[in-house]
Amino acid sequence: MSRLSFPALLALLAILVAALFVGSLLIGPSDLGIGRALAALFVDDGAATLVMREIRLPRAILGVCVGATLGLSGAVLQGWLRNPLADAGVLGIGSSAALGAVVAIVSGLAYLSPLALPLSALAGAGLAAILVFALAGRGEGGDSLILAGVAVASLTSALTALTLNLSANPFATLEIVFWTMGSLGDRSLDHVALALPFMAIGWLLLAGVGRSLDAMTLGAETASSLGLRLGRIRAIILFSTAAAVGGATAVTGVVGFVGLVVPHVLRPLVGSRPSRLMAASALGGAALLTMADLTVRLILPSRDLKLGVVTAIVGAPFFFRLILHERRRLMR
Amino acid sequence: MILTAHDLVVRLGDRTILHGVDLRLETGEFVGLIGPNGAGKSTLLRALAGTLPRRGTLVLEDRPLAGYSVRERARRIGYLAQDRHVAWPLTVTEVVGLGRLPHRAPFSRESDADRLAVARALRITRLEDLAGRRADALSGGEVARMLLARLIAQETPVLLADEPVAGLDPAHQLATMQVFADFARAGHTVFASLHDLTLAARWCHRLVLMAGGRIVAQGPPETVLTPERIAEIYGIEARVDRNADGLIVVPLRLVGHHHKEAT
Repeated sequence: MSRLSFPALLALLAILVAALFVGSLLIGPSDLGIGRALAALFVDDGAATLVMREIRLPRAILGVCVGATLGLSGAVLQGWLRNPLADAGVLGIGSSAALGAVVAIVSGLAYLSPLALPLSALAGAGLAAILVFALAGRGEGGDSLILAGVAVASLTSALTALTLNLSANPFATLEIVFWTMGSLGDRSLDHVALALPFMAIGWLLLAGVGRSLDAMTLGAETASSLGLRLGRIRAIILFSTAAAVGGATAVTGVVGFVGLVVPHVLRPLVGSRPSRLMAASALGGAALLTMADLTVRLILPSRDLKLGVVTAIVGAPFFFRLILHERRRLMR
Repeated sequence: MILTAHDLVVRLGDRTILHGVDLRLETGEFVGLIGPNGAGKSTLLRALAGTLPRRGTLVLEDRPLAGYSVRERARRIGYLAQDRHVAWPLTVTEVVGLGRLPHRAPFSRESDADRLAVARALRITRLEDLAGRRADALSGGEVARMLLARLIAQETPVLLADEPVAGLDPAHQLATMQVFADFARAGHTVFASLHDLTLAARWCHRLVLMAGGRIVAQGPPETVLTPERIAEIYGIEARVDRNADGLIVVPLRLVGHHHKEAT
């Protein structure tokens, strides 16, 4: 079977991401020409510069960075847990960030500063990671991590529901519902500055675990005998994922399925090697999320279609396919 | 390399699996680890490989094992797990190449030594023709050979293997035993758990018999595998014969307690 070489695949994905990034800069309700739009980024051109720098640039940057974060973390978690159905959601990071957001909205903190809500969401994700780490114990197994993640996700979802239930603020429910649908709209460079360091720290730490993921292909015992310190690597993966995905979710809200679908689609193209899947999934996630964000803007721009809704609608059929495929494989 | 264990104790949860095991594995020795299911064979192998929390002393070449970094340890002690599940369909060459991880600096490319070690491991296990095959397109026996090649590619002086011949046909069982015997002759220290007593008796220089988390006998096969001891430890009546190349152990029927249960 002839297959695209790995560097060629990465180059293609990088070109795709670059093209979508530029496309994201060029598409929007303000009718700016291509030349003027790009020039306005660098040279002050009044309103055009304002649109480009304050609205489109943060949106395009967040699309690429958040997408890369979700794709990368999905690839890492699937590799570590040896489970193609894993993503950051199984660690309870999304739902605990949502709890942080709800607390900010209901308490009114969110109305004091535009960054209060993302900070609160980030704190929620951080606390969840600590709780999962404490619950999962010192063992090396993936199962204890998934169980701890599911337990924390259930708890935070219940607390979110309770908070909304008791909230006297009728708008809080609406806001949190919108927040859990995820969006890249109306984000500023302040949001980028808040999320980017957390995402960057996560990327850098995760970049070092590729070999370990390859070794985990043969199971925890063999990986350990090959010189892996499983407890340490697990802690790195958990906290880097919490930082990166927590940072991303804090500014965009919950965007599901990217972390699940992207590694799944790209796995056959990298020969299933977990370390190679990481870079490919980061680029693939950036491309998918930017594409979804462009879709949101091109289809029904007036109805404020939410990003997470689009990724879920696109992602769910892949999920079905994955399950059917697994079932066929198991029945063989 | 000489690997010794003194008063090795392993507890998992609130259960004690190994109760103070003393063992010495010599350079160039092929030692078989036998005993009933649940005797603690796998736990002993994993503890020797350094992958389990344990109490007691392990010494590798006059230095406590705890004093080696995990990478140094992984360049000296190789371990072949009983679990043959391969999570992702990598190619045979890629899986075998995982054995080189302890030899590679982070982010470094494969060296010539790595490629040679993989090629040699593929040759020894006769997998050259399957080198490019995906792991999910292999038979059970081919997977076992691929994982054995992974162990060989690690190029460790000490080789530990947990039931390396389980599920293999007779030809592949013999071929696998031959590989280990050759490594022992070349100066490696080999310690493998086995359920086939005849195979263990004919190929191993020495047998270590475990029961209930303790070593109950060790020595040359003919002194360990007496009909009385087999009856006591395994609860079976066995016929022990000998021909020119060694013992033949044929399990015949359950004895005592087991027998009553069965009838």
